[in-house]
Amino acid sequence: MDNLRHINNSFNDDKVIDACSIFGAMNTSGKRFPGTGVIKAIANMHDRGNGLGGGFAVYGLYPDYKELYAFHIMYLSSEGRKETESYLGENFDIVHMEEVPNRKTAKITNPPVIMRYFLDVCKHQPDIALQDDYVLQAIMHINTTRKGSFVFSGGKDMAVFKGVGYPEEIAEFFCLEQYEGYIWTSHGRFPTNTQAWWGGAHPFSVLDWTVVHNGEISSYGINKRYLEGYGYHCTMQTDTEVIAYAVDLLMRKHKLPIEVMAKVLAPPFWNDIERMPDKERKLALALRQVYGSIMLNGPFAILVAHHGELIGLTDRIRLRPLSVGEKDNMVYFSSEESAIRLISPKLDKSWTPMGGEPVIVRLKQESRQLPDTREEAVTSGR
Amino acid sequence: MKTLLTSKFAVIRDPEKCIQCQVCVNQCSFNANYFDAEENEVKSRNENCVDCQRCVVFCPTMAITITNTPLEYRYHRNWTASVIDDINKQAETGGVLLTGMGTDKDYPVYWDHLLLNASQVTNPSIDPLREPMELVTYLGSKPQKLEIDERTLELRTKMPPQVKLNVPVMFSAMSYGAVSLNVQKSLAKAATEIGTMWNTGEGGLHSSLKKYGSNTIVQVASGRFGVHSEYLNSGRMVEIKIGQGAKPGIGGHLPGEKVSSEVSLTRMIPEGSDAISPAPHHDIYSIEDLLQLIHALKEATNYTKPISVKIAAVHNAAAIASGIVRGGADMVVIDGFRGATGAAPKIIRDNVGIPIELALASVDSRLREEGIRNKASIVISGGIRNSGDVIKAIALGADAVYIGTSALIALGCHVCQQCHTGKCAWGICTSDLKLTKRINPDVGSQRLINLLRGWSLEIKDILGGLGVNSIESLRGNRLHLRGVGLSDSELEILGVRPAGR
Repeated sequence: MDNLRHINNSFNDDKVIDACSIFGAMNTSGKRFPGTGVIKAIANMHDRGNGLGGGFAVYGLYPDYKELYAFHIMYLSSEGRKETESYLGENFDIVHMEEVPNRKTAKITNPPVIMRYFLDVCKHQPDIALQDDYVLQAIMHINTTRKGSFVFSGGKDMAVFKGVGYPEEIAEFFCLEQYEGYIWTSHGRFPTNTQAWWGGAHPFSVLDWTVVHNGEISSYGINKRYLEGYGYHCTMQTDTEVIAYAVDLLMRKHKLPIEVMAKVLAPPFWNDIERMPDKERKLALALRQVYGSIMLNGPFAILVAHHGELIGLTDRIRLRPLSVGEKDNMVYFSSEESAIRLISPKLDKSWTPMGGEPVIVRLKQESRQLPDTREEAVTSGR
Repeated sequence: MKTLLTSKFAVIRDPEKCIQCQVCVNQCSFNANYFDAEENEVKSRNENCVDCQRCVVFCPTMAITITNTPLEYRYHRNWTASVIDDINKQAETGGVLLTGMGTDKDYPVYWDHLLLNASQVTNPSIDPLREPMELVTYLGSKPQKLEIDERTLELRTKMPPQVKLNVPVMFSAMSYGAVSLNVQKSLAKAATEIGTMWNTGEGGLHSSLKKYGSNTIVQVASGRFGVHSEYLNSGRMVEIKIGQGAKPGIGGHLPGEKVSSEVSLTRMIPEGSDAISPAPHHDIYSIEDLLQLIHALKEATNYTKPISVKIAAVHNAAAIASGIVRGGADMVVIDGFRGATGAAPKIIRDNVGIPIELALASVDSRLREEGIRNKASIVISGGIRNSGDVIKAIALGADAVYIGTSALIALGCHVCQQCHTGKCAWGICTSDLKLTKRINPDVGSQRLINLLRGWSLEIKDILGGLGVNSIESLRGNRLHLRGVGLSDSELEILGVRPAGR
């Protein structure tokens, strides 16, 4: 991972500093839709990036391989590829593998080799409850010890496509107009202190969790130290990586509900906590007392996605923009409302969430397969 | 025996301004100013002057100046004035040299080698005048994680007792007897008004201060003076004092002359008897004994109060702190070697212990490495001078700090280092009723409130500049610190990068 750090943060600054555009769309009935609209929308915010990183996360992508872990891996060297493929062969059943389809374009020069693998772990880790950890360890192992190999994503029925270029160029390169999914998130990047490299683009992922992020986390130093206490090694020195690990820790390991997690990342002010009803206050107080070190401070707007849920969140005083729009079964998030209006001019509802107010979009009851029956509301947080 | 010591200070009185009113005579508790009735003139005995500047401040015509005496020993790198004087004092008395305050020796102050960050362009600084800026801090053990009912979103985890501070600055332990009741009243009143804590020290809790209980930390030290069930339960937190930064490894001694009837009642010892705190707790000879005392105190307070353990910053403070946390303490206090004292052997004050900055950095790092940092809050003390020191301490990993000397300076202390004499002209470190009435608790508490208000405004400014709006985002966030003029190993221990990198 030293190598990674070098690529990602060549000047060895405290962390990578960047600003960005973000866009997300979800169909709450679970209907898959092509990426054309999302690509058009993120391209409309061209000026918010500087061509040093663009990417997309797509959910509901591989219906034919729904039950398999889909690894998208970038290779910077052929030896790395050989090593990694033999590692994958030893630790998984490779059901299918192929190069991620791409086309030669004028703007994307010298792209790395990017492969995808559909992996079955059942024989290697029969206990379903432990499969995620097994896969996560394998990803960490590849990223830290296999030189020149980098796992872009490794969740089921989803993938991350990213690289150096403007997001619309990345979309063209990966032929994203040909894919369909029920959640899309995308990102255009404006890094100020990093050499461009493909792994440094957003989204960042842990299993099927992905994060796109616009902002700079001023609490990075303590967030990182806190996560290190739980065995997460923030070797890439980007604050987005910290967010991805925080989400993994809070939701997968500590099993906090998503709205509670949002209250950890962007907690209410003490003054507001004092005025809450008793039950709510008790929880909010304890969350801040226990998880203060993982609160994200400084300007940010993030979109966090996993199967069945898409959440938009800004910092507590909303130092980075985020707009929300709803039309029928579609919910959109964007750094700029204009990008939403471009692809869906007649919205049923559009608004700007308050700072620190999570907007959670879930699959509608009938289409969801999650055990969650907490509430019917599709969009909460208003 | 004729003393070979010469005066250190000269009292200079401007004859043009002096109106012979004798205020300086009345104010001086060291007998340095006197009225010569024969000559009908106010005069001074320079050899008695300690440069406390009480007379300077109270002279109605501002006629008095105090300077170092122009008399100097011949320069010698090794045989400095203080070395020569100390040898003479011991040659004349044959005793241990006592002193007060924290060490005045020229050891490095690491705070002055640490610099803070600020936001420019890529993230906005936050204006504390227009945006909320949060300093609230909760002391006490935190669970590793919370369990929440997924359906009702109710909290299932039972939280251990927490103590809320509006400002992460508390008043450190100064016992009744060492300081006067009026000083404690000022501290207690100010702590209550601001929403922070004051600490009884090892001297019990005077009955008139019980009303400030919810802002009081009651101390249990090796002499167990004033400790009883009601005392333990009258505070918000209980602190076991193992050591003190100014005198690690030794106990304390309150001379019988200071044990007045009120002090005797509060300490629960006979009037006029010496109060001797032994060097160790005689029921704590090992870490498992400490564990027992921690749990005994938890039992005695029915698990409603966090238990703190205070140690002096010594070489292996990190390992000791780890043991203390594993022993069940909810808070660890580390008192650095620049910490002050009411009385301590000078040789110990000036030569034992380590700087608090290094101790804090290594304790915080160690507890994190061991995965137990959440189990206890870290509080430091010993020479915290201003809000810059406070914020650097928090960035290194402290939850809060204690201030002692800074608080006393706010009450009038001029750091003349005569605390051990019991003659404090400012009425702070004395039990002489003529002197203690010089502190008015109403005025004193207002000065303390003003001080902490000023500091908290400054802390908010710095936080806003760093681009965060809550103190917990700075706690342990050493990336916001850079070192200047430090060696590689010092930087490594502090866990900070050199400036420019």
